[in-house]
Amino acid sequence: MSIHKEWGSVRVEQSSRLSRMAAAFAGLLMLALLSAPAWIDRGHLSLLMEFCYFLALAQMWNLLAGFAGIISLGQQAFLGLGGYVLFLLTIQLGWTPIAALVLAGVVGALVAIPGALIVFRLNGAYLAIGTWVVAETFKLAFSEIRSLGAGSGISLPASVARAVNLGPLHRDTVLYGAALLISLLSTVCSYLLLRSQAGLALTAIRDNEATARSAGVNSLRIKLFVFVATGFGTALTGALIYLSKLRISPPAAFDINWSSYMIFIVVIGGIGTLEGPIVGTMVFFLLRQYLADLGSWYLIVLGAVAVVVMLKMPSGLWGTFAKRYDISLFPTRRRLILDRSVLTSELKSGHASAGGDCE
Amino acid sequence: MSGWIDSILQGIMLGALYALFAAGLSLVFGVMRMVNVAHGDLIVLSAFLAMWLQRLMGFSSTFLTLILLVPLMFAVGYLLQRTILNPALGEDILRPVLITFGLSVIIQNGLLQAFSADSQKLHGGRVEVASIALPAGLAVGTLPLLTLVVSTALIGLLQWVLYRTKLGRALRATSDDLSTAGLMGVNTPHLFAMATGIAMVTVAVAGVFTGIRASFDAVSGPDWLIFAFEAVIIGGLGSLWGTLAGGMILAMAQTTGARFSPSWQMLAGHLVFLAILILWPQGLFPRRTE
Repeated sequence: MSIHKEWGSVRVEQSSRLSRMAAAFAGLLMLALLSAPAWIDRGHLSLLMEFCYFLALAQMWNLLAGFAGIISLGQQAFLGLGGYVLFLLTIQLGWTPIAALVLAGVVGALVAIPGALIVFRLNGAYLAIGTWVVAETFKLAFSEIRSLGAGSGISLPASVARAVNLGPLHRDTVLYGAALLISLLSTVCSYLLLRSQAGLALTAIRDNEATARSAGVNSLRIKLFVFVATGFGTALTGALIYLSKLRISPPAAFDINWSSYMIFIVVIGGIGTLEGPIVGTMVFFLLRQYLADLGSWYLIVLGAVAVVVMLKMPSGLWGTFAKRYDISLFPTRRRLILDRSVLTSELKSGHASAGGDCE
Repeated sequence: MSGWIDSILQGIMLGALYALFAAGLSLVFGVMRMVNVAHGDLIVLSAFLAMWLQRLMGFSSTFLTLILLVPLMFAVGYLLQRTILNPALGEDILRPVLITFGLSVIIQNGLLQAFSADSQKLHGGRVEVASIALPAGLAVGTLPLLTLVVSTALIGLLQWVLYRTKLGRALRATSDDLSTAGLMGVNTPHLFAMATGIAMVTVAVAGVFTGIRASFDAVSGPDWLIFAFEAVIIGGLGSLWGTLAGGMILAMAQTTGARFSPSWQMLAGHLVFLAILILWPQGLFPRRTE
């Protein structure tokens, strides 16, 4: 009974000094990244842009698999769909590229709704292959559409490419800015979602779906929400990727390798954390920088690293590091802060730690 | 008219092969609730190993390589399960899916490195071109017929092992209740490895028959995994004969689709699969649950 009286000395924290410092550092980093077009050359700018969209894709896959427990091997369905919607709108209907980007995301979200209702019928592990079948179906279906170049694909006319220039800003700068914005939004939106009540529900579902449901969590609704939201984001990112590549074809746009890269980035970096995809994308680019010339050896190494990480440190590089030093730059957990002086008299010594985690 | 009957006949025989792809996937899922994403790539690996063994030993027909390939793939499956997959099993279904996905990428690119991206075909000998005449001007190839007989027999054998032997009893018990089976003295790590080993026996046979039937390359695995998966879901989980029927329905959809346009072959199969998933999410022949 006496413990209850002491509740006044207990508070719940969702941030720490470190996380506030990290936020300040992230702000500075954003300033540096925003001004990047002014001080780096075009080659590096396009590399940086690629980094941004891979981070966005990985962040969304992490939200799906790491938090909502939806293991999708078919995100390339949304990516390719977004790309094709952009090509269709700009080439055949004369839309401006920026408006087409947004509508590509909307189409992704609209397709995700019936898509979810079909694949959610499958059990967790089989769902993974079900999503893959859907992506393959898209690939084959788009290969049949003659007006979009059928199996060999289609290029964006120069007029559309020029329409990306915004006043004095060159299209490379505009595309880089958009990619940076998408990577930022995917990270920030995931962060805000996870800190919200819905985030708590998601974590509960991930840890034990049956228990979460018995506690009143509507797991289907929240999974559907995450699937639709990532469908929007992935299609939007896909549209951006193909706006910069200027050419799209079904085998490339619906390639399973898109999912492979998202998975390897998330697994190596640390699944179920927001920092993980950032670390993972860095490792991914580092490995690519040194191994890309080796052709298939690159993918063998990437696959092997992912398998070893999954076996030896399932929470990935960041997860292992964060657990060891109890660090979280983007804290999504609620922490119970107990005043030790009041409580030591009440709790047995082995039991009284200053910060109990409340996931 | 005879063209349609021919498509259906071809579908039945090809479907038996898909069911053989699916039997191993289904067995592993049934026993340990694990989906082996590298299943298709292991079939491709078997086909390449058969090609290599045939060259090495100078066999006249690739069928003879099965003498060596079957025990070899059993060992591969057993060791794979014991060393890499068993440690990943548990509450979290994510780990086995992602690990086998990683293995799939490693096998595909390893095969690309070892055997190049060229399309290959296995040589079965005279049986490849022989055929048996049927009434009404139809003919069935001896090879597809042999494939049908061998696949059905192997699925029957698997069914017999599962329901009539001590090993099968332990497998079914583990499938029903892992921890109780363990308490009853079932050595689960060994049993899981046996299940994957047996699955790899079906994979070895499937690899040889598929490689003789049509050409394949290092990245054919994902398609084969998808066919196996579709056969399992169409037939309904937990029923091997349902899987056989599922494989045949899928293959018939593909062969009739191909009659409209060659590019419609795969698409027709996927569309029929998705339609069945929408209409009968439990599959067409689900195992009755008591």
